[in-house]
Amino acid sequence: MAGTPKKRLLAIASGGGHWIELLRLRPAFEGWDVAYVSMFENYTSAVPGARYYTVPDASRFDKLAFGKVMVKAAGIMLRERPHAIVTTGSAPMLAFLLLGRMMGTKSLWIDSIAQAEEMSSSGKVAKRLATTAIAQWPEVAAAEEIPCWGAVL
Amino acid sequence: MIFASVGSMLPFERFVRGVDEWARDNPDEAVYIQIGGTEYEPRHAPFTRMMPMTEYRERLRTCDLFVAHAGMGSILQALEERKQTLMLPRHQEWGEHTTDHQIHTVERFGHLSGLRVVDSVEDMHREMTGLLANPLGMDTAISDQASPELLSGVRGFLASVRAPS
Repeated sequence: MAGTPKKRLLAIASGGGHWIELLRLRPAFEGWDVAYVSMFENYTSAVPGARYYTVPDASRFDKLAFGKVMVKAAGIMLRERPHAIVTTGSAPMLAFLLLGRMMGTKSLWIDSIAQAEEMSSSGKVAKRLATTAIAQWPEVAAAEEIPCWGAVL
Repeated sequence: MIFASVGSMLPFERFVRGVDEWARDNPDEAVYIQIGGTEYEPRHAPFTRMMPMTEYRERLRTCDLFVAHAGMGSILQALEERKQTLMLPRHQEWGEHTTDHQIHTVERFGHLSGLRVVDSVEDMHREMTGLLANPLGMDTAISDQASPELLSGVRGFLASVRAPS
């Protein structure tokens, strides 16, 4: 609707390939007020004009590190109050899905294209936290009984 | 000019040592390595732990050969820049990654135009020399966007958020 303020989207991914995969989704974000989250300060140059935040890296199995991500993620979620979250992984981004669930924010987990044989271990957790979880390989999606909408490549 | 990269996350000792050995044996060829968290520091080539994304892209664009671990970030950016790329996948059994997904990645993508896969440092050395002398033919660059199907799926998801039914 013309004149309606844009809704806020939090587009988030870990560093490296996950981030490159996320950038390839940008055309789908048109019409949204997008803020990005990843792990390295210098990534801000890849999304000029957009708000950009970082979180530290953390495995799901390192409770202290994951706790630090949760704190940082909570700050970002409260500040942005996004209407939607889209992520291409990995584990640290589960913090946003968890918070999103608590705050009633709709979220989409896109399992990495690097996971060609089996859904990522984080993806298996994300399946229970995200509003929608999808895989990029039809076989992986079928095994997990989730949708496949194609791939970033 | 060879640009070599272990990606941005995990150390890759076998790769960095291997590239450094090649640089030692080929002193006339410029080599630059992004080593990430790798412990071994190259002695025969300049290196950095991690560079800004814009500089990374520039080095990728201007090199003659990109040598990388088999991460999707490296593969996608190499294809976007249409740069011949030699890939050495990380092995879980040697502690190079948490799973063997890079081996699966090269099984799925290794055949794409402009990519070559090796699975040993010896083969990597041979191909580094060989690909500089006889570069791989390249198809056109891939688009910098996800497939239309995936974009349409993500748009659909976002539309459902915007106007809840």
